[in-house]
Amino acid sequence: MSEQKAAGMTRRAIFEQKQRRRATLIAASSTAIVVLALVVLIPMAPGWEKVQKSFFNGAVLAKSFPKLLEAFKINIMIFAWSAPAIAVLGLLIALARDAKSPALFPLRIFGAAFTDVFRGVPVILTVYLIGFGIPGLGLPRPWNSPYIWGSLALILTYSAYVAEIFRSGIDSVHHSQRAAALSLGLSERQAMRDVILPQAVRNVVPSQMNMLIALQKDVSLLSFIGPVEIFRQAGVFKSLLANFTPYVGAAIIFLIVTIPATRYADYLMARQTRERR
Amino acid sequence: MKRLFTMTVATCALMATSALADGHCAAGKTLADGKFTIATGNPAYFPWVMDDAPESGKGFEAAVAYAVAGEMGFAAEDVVWVRSSFDEAIQPGAKNFDVNMQQYSITPERDEVVDFSAPYYTAPMAVLVSPGATDTAPTLAALKGLKWGAVGSTTAVAKLGDVVKPDSDLLLYGDNADVNAAMSANQIDAALFDLPTALFLSAVMIEGSKVIGQFPADEGDNPDQFGMLMEEGNPLKACVDAAITAITDNGTLAAIEAEWLQSTTGVPLIK
Repeated sequence: MSEQKAAGMTRRAIFEQKQRRRATLIAASSTAIVVLALVVLIPMAPGWEKVQKSFFNGAVLAKSFPKLLEAFKINIMIFAWSAPAIAVLGLLIALARDAKSPALFPLRIFGAAFTDVFRGVPVILTVYLIGFGIPGLGLPRPWNSPYIWGSLALILTYSAYVAEIFRSGIDSVHHSQRAAALSLGLSERQAMRDVILPQAVRNVVPSQMNMLIALQKDVSLLSFIGPVEIFRQAGVFKSLLANFTPYVGAAIIFLIVTIPATRYADYLMARQTRERR
Repeated sequence: MKRLFTMTVATCALMATSALADGHCAAGKTLADGKFTIATGNPAYFPWVMDDAPESGKGFEAAVAYAVAGEMGFAAEDVVWVRSSFDEAIQPGAKNFDVNMQQYSITPERDEVVDFSAPYYTAPMAVLVSPGATDTAPTLAALKGLKWGAVGSTTAVAKLGDVVKPDSDLLLYGDNADVNAAMSANQIDAALFDLPTALFLSAVMIEGSKVIGQFPADEGDNPDQFGMLMEEGNPLKACVDAAITAITDNGTLAAIEAEWLQSTTGVPLIK
C-alpha cells in the first residue's frame, strides 16, 4: 500500500493504467495481424502480379504523376470559382424558400422547384445538358466555353444541396429568436440578417464542409465535356499505356487534398457537438 | 506447386475438348470449345460495324472477323459476339473474349499488357474540321491555330501533342458522339480521327464538316496499325496471326477493305 502511495497512484489508478496498457497491446497486435495478413495473403493470390503491374506500377506512376499534378490545377481552378458562387446562390435559394410574405409566394415555389429539379437529376446529366446544350444554341466564343457552362451545371446542382443545408440551419434557430428580434423593433430583414443567419450559418458549417469535399471530387465530371482535368489526363495515360496506375495516381492526389479537409470537417463537427452539450 | 496444378487442369481440359478438327491450331485454345468469341465496342461504329450488328458480317471489322474465323476453321455460326469497353480489354485477369476488335492501335506500351495480332489495317490519321473552319489549309502551320478536340482514349491525343502541337489547350471527350456534340456547339474547330471514322463523321454525323487532310501513314515512328487485342500470352495468337497473314496474302483483306472503306485517296496529305 505504502509503495503505491509513494508512486502517487491509487489502486484504482493502477488498475486503470493496466487496463489501458492491455487495450493498447491488444489494439496494436490485432492491427499488426490484420496488416500482416493483407501483406502476406494478397500477393499470394494468383492474379496479384498482373494486378500489381496494371494498378501499382511504379514506372508508370513516376511517368504520369507530374502531368497529373499539372492537370489537377484545372480542378482547383474550377473549384475556386464554383465554390463561392455555390455559397451565394445556395443562400439565396434558401432565403427564397423561407420567404414569409404572401406576395413572395412565387419565390417560394421557384426555390422549391429549383431544389427538386437539381437535386433530382444526376450531376453528370446536368453537366451534359448544360455543357453541350446551351453552347449549341449558337453562342460565340469564348462564351460557349465548356468551362463556363460546365461550371454553371456544377453551381446549379450544388447550390440546390447547399440551399437545403442552409434552410435546415435556418430552421434550427428557434422561432422565438425571430419573435424576440421583431418585438425589439427589428424589421424582418434585420432579424434574418443580424439574428437568425449568423446562428444558422454557424450551425451548418460542418455539413457545408462535406459539400465542399464532394464538390472537389465532382469537378472531375467536367472532363466529360472537354476540359482535360486530372481524371481525363489519367484516362489518356491509361489508354496510351494500357495501365490503370494513372488512376491510382489521381486518387493519391485527391486524397492528399480531401483527407485534411475531411479531418477538419470532423474536427468542426466534434467541436460543435461539445459546444452544444 | 500451384502452377503444376493449373497446368494439369489445363492439360486435362485440352484432352477433353477437341470438337474442332484434330490438328487445327485453334482447337482447345478458345474460350468456349468450338466457338470463336469476338468482342466489339458498345456501340460499334460505322464503317467498322454496320448498324451496330456485327452478326451480319457487314462493315469492315465484322467482315474481317468472319474472314479470320473462316480461315481458322470456324463456321460463321460458331462466331460469338460480345461487347467490351477499352477498360475491360486491358484490365488484368480473365477475359470474356478470345479476340477484341475495335480499332485498337498497336503500341509498344499496350503490347506489354496485352497481346496484339498482326495488323489488319493501317489507318492514316485525318483532320475533321467544323463547318466554320472548312477553308483551313492542310498545313501544320494552319492546323496549329485551330481549337482541337479528340477522343481521350485514342492515339490521336499523342499525335496531337507530338506532331500538331496546337496553340490552345486540347479538349478531350469520351467517345465520337461527344466530339460530335462539341463540334456542333462550336467548342472545337477540328478533331483528329482515323481516316475512315473521319470520313464517316463528316459525311453522316456533322453537317457541313469536312475532312481537310490526312497525315502520311508513315509519319512519326509508328503508323497507326489496328490489331486484334488478346489476353497477354494467349496461345491463340499464332493461329490468328496465321489467319490474318493468309487473308492478306490471298487478297481477301484488300477486297474487304475495298468493299467497306471508302477510297481514301481523295484526301490531301498534310504538309
